[in-house]
Amino acid sequence: MVSDPTAGDATAGDATADDGTVGEGVVPDGGAKTSAAPARVVTTYCLLAWTWVRAAGQYPVSVALLALGTMVTAGLDIMGILVLFTRAPRIAGFTSAEVLFLYGTSALSFSVSDIVLGTTERLGERVRDGTLDVLLVRPVSPLVQIATEDFTPRRFGRIVPPVLVLAFALPRLDIDWTPGRVAVVPLMAASGTVIFGALWVLCAAVQFVLLNSHGATKAITYGGAFLTQYPMTLFARDFVRGVTFVVPLAFVNWEPALYVLDRPDPLGLPGWTRFASPAVGAALSAAAALAWRTGLRHYRSTGS
Amino acid sequence: MGVIPWVSWYALRRYSAYPLGSMAEAVTNSFFGVVRAGIVIALWHARPGLGGYDTADAVTYSFLTQSLIGPVQIFGGMELAQRIRSGDVAIDLHRPVNLQAWWLADDVGRAVSTLALRGLPPMLVGGLFFTMRLPGPGEAAAFTVSVALAVLLSFALRYLITLSQFWTHDERGVQAVTLVLSLFLSGMIVPLVAFPEPLGALARALPCSGLIQVPADVFLGRRAGGALLSGLAFQAGWAAALLAAGGLLTRAAERRLEAQGG
Repeated sequence: MVSDPTAGDATAGDATADDGTVGEGVVPDGGAKTSAAPARVVTTYCLLAWTWVRAAGQYPVSVALLALGTMVTAGLDIMGILVLFTRAPRIAGFTSAEVLFLYGTSALSFSVSDIVLGTTERLGERVRDGTLDVLLVRPVSPLVQIATEDFTPRRFGRIVPPVLVLAFALPRLDIDWTPGRVAVVPLMAASGTVIFGALWVLCAAVQFVLLNSHGATKAITYGGAFLTQYPMTLFARDFVRGVTFVVPLAFVNWEPALYVLDRPDPLGLPGWTRFASPAVGAALSAAAALAWRTGLRHYRSTGS
Repeated sequence: MGVIPWVSWYALRRYSAYPLGSMAEAVTNSFFGVVRAGIVIALWHARPGLGGYDTADAVTYSFLTQSLIGPVQIFGGMELAQRIRSGDVAIDLHRPVNLQAWWLADDVGRAVSTLALRGLPPMLVGGLFFTMRLPGPGEAAAFTVSVALAVLLSFALRYLITLSQFWTHDERGVQAVTLVLSLFLSGMIVPLVAFPEPLGALARALPCSGLIQVPADVFLGRRAGGALLSGLAFQAGWAAALLAAGGLLTRAAERRLEAQGG
């Protein structure tokens, strides 16, 4: 279930892997082991998302401006990177094309995961005001309901900058495109998406216990998205160890990028870690599913 | 006049009601500070003395901007926006108090509360792990004034954007577009001193630079004497102009109002 049957396709891979995993926990009667349950979760997800899209469509001008705004806001990070490179040809040993490659892979993974699961960060709010109870009585996984809530077309604006940047940066990378490297690029985008998706759900699950944790877990989601746009050579060793072994953000794109860009690992990790991202994604998804189920099982309504 | 200080006071208490939530935000601010510090250290390593900053200045700048995110609410938004959408603003307009003054008072309370709860942690984290440049008493006093003006300026901008909703019915689109400008042109993403010219000069002339770059320069002691006065006057001038525009727009909006939803 967490293995990625369509590794080449980030969106499809993520939707099946993450929703399937967690959907299994919520769909009752053990029918989850069959392939029908994940399929149903995806169908429900799409249906609910479409409902929200139509609702948002009631304000077409706003949606258009919002999509544009989201696109440009997401693109701001590129402006930041470009400003840096107007001032120096290399930052921490990396060229502009290489940093843009890191930006593209990180931002693509993050925005797809954000579209699919980003609104789960509102769980704490729902617990606080008691509206989570409403979701629990409906015959659909609460995770799917929260994830699709306020699903707006504007968030697709986020995908545009990373796609454009990758189209620009990939041909400009000064590397020998072996079949291995070509294969690793889509694989890292897909596993990065799964890792971010799992982190969204994990951070949401924490809010079952720590209602006020949302502000801090943004450091992992949004902070992680920002961090992985830059080479880890910018940061102190201990910090990099933290984002490799404690919160495995380095596996979103940094470790596989070291292979693609043919760079030594500043932490001196063995060569196989560069291919560990899918496994890390799978393990993290399992942890997220477990955390979500545990959180949901121990949830007590505020009772009001 | 009488009620306005109370609006501020209650806003202060309301925004301080969940101190843990605010502290949690400060964790994220501090994390971003660390990442930004790593970036500027590399940049200033490649280009020592860029824009007149040294590495310690640039690192201090990174954490300082994170401390200011809350008070100047760089990501935009106001509670008033919700009230306009829901029609509750009709109640606000019925009060015998000026709408703009009421929400300014509310915003001052919010800013003081977030500065107190979210301002210090990023600076502490920065001081713990990096070499920072700290201001003397004179600079600190000037910085306090500059932050107060930045809050005023931020309110003036956000109020204008929020009021646009009387015409568009949904301010989020306008807000998203202005967010881009305020994030980039305030110096939040990259210090304006590191911008290539003439983009840097343009950004420094626009009101957004009064939100982050000017207070930061005051903190770093890069503005003294005449430069300090001109910096503060720049903030005050833009704030006054935008508040005046907000006043005019308020009057137009009062004539325009149609409460939705009945």
